[in-house]
Amino acid sequence: MAVGEVMRMEIPAGGDLTVTTPELHVLAVDDSIVDRKVIERLLRISSCKVTTVESGTRALQYLGLDGGKGASNLKDLKVNLIVTDYSMPGLTGYDLLKKIKESSAFREVPVVIMSSENILPRIEECLKEGAEEFLLKPVKLADVKRIKQLILKNEAEECKTLSHSNKRKLQEDCDTSSSSSSSHDDSSVKDTPSSKRMKSESENLSSLF
Amino acid sequence: MDALISQLQRQFRDYTISLYQQGFLDDQFTELKKLQDDGSPDFVAEVLTLFFEDCVKLISNMARSLDKTTGAVDFSQVGASVHQLKGSSSSVGAKRVKALCVSFKEYCEAKNYEGCVRCLQQVDIEYKALKTKLQDMFNLEKQIIQAGGRVPQVDIN
Repeated sequence: MAVGEVMRMEIPAGGDLTVTTPELHVLAVDDSIVDRKVIERLLRISSCKVTTVESGTRALQYLGLDGGKGASNLKDLKVNLIVTDYSMPGLTGYDLLKKIKESSAFREVPVVIMSSENILPRIEECLKEGAEEFLLKPVKLADVKRIKQLILKNEAEECKTLSHSNKRKLQEDCDTSSSSSSSHDDSSVKDTPSSKRMKSESENLSSLF
Repeated sequence: MDALISQLQRQFRDYTISLYQQGFLDDQFTELKKLQDDGSPDFVAEVLTLFFEDCVKLISNMARSLDKTTGAVDFSQVGASVHQLKGSSSSVGAKRVKALCVSFKEYCEAKNYEGCVRCLQQVDIEYKALKTKLQDMFNLEKQIIQAGGRVPQVDIN
């Protein structure tokens, strides 16, 4: 079933329930215009909504973590995943990771670090700081697909925790935003209700995916 | 028309394979092709265009950093540009350019001026050679489409 496709399920009680699979919104950070173009395409082809920015500083601005005035209307910003290059001028991917993990609004958002250099201490440092994964560049479609599955699994976990005592196995959409596979370079944000991630440890999700 | 299409497709296939065999392109270029479809038919060309623009910019930065007339050479500055070029060449599958960047980086780290200048010249030649080759390849694609055919998937292995 493709992301965004509407699935109708008949419930024994006689009613109809429409569910949609969630579309992930990914923030991609990279100072290389070539890499931004490629990562954007990799994500869009994997049915994600993408926002690309060219630096860690711009990423913090976008997330409203730079202490600027924009913070108030960004409180409903929904970002499901942040993918960032490690080596960037100014704020490195590692610095960005730290700032995200220090924030209350986005600390639960998974952060994936990309790097062209396979340096073990660097990888360990990032994972220790809370990075979800460390991808070696050049990034391939298989990498993105794998990351997406991981994130969707975590998101489904969260949805299940939030759903109101529904014993049937339904994928409920906790994000009521309409899905539009658009991508834009640091443009304005759509207001969507945010849902705080809560890690529920004991859910078996194999039935959902 | 069919005979023409077949001939063009054969030419395209042979040409593409030769680019891989001669080391101009690697696996990552194949990965980029996977991301192209009817909805985004020019994706590869668009990325490569950005890459070549990047080459011009970065090589110009390197030349400026290696200019002794403005004072002592800052090899770390040269190295930074080389690192960026290495990254983008890697992302598009520009195998020879990437390999040159690896040597170039070593010369920067060794603060070897002559080595750096040599690499700069080579990298300039190499990206231009790739650009010409790819333009020929894209032209073949265009000819196939204009003749009413489809661009074949080329199996490199």
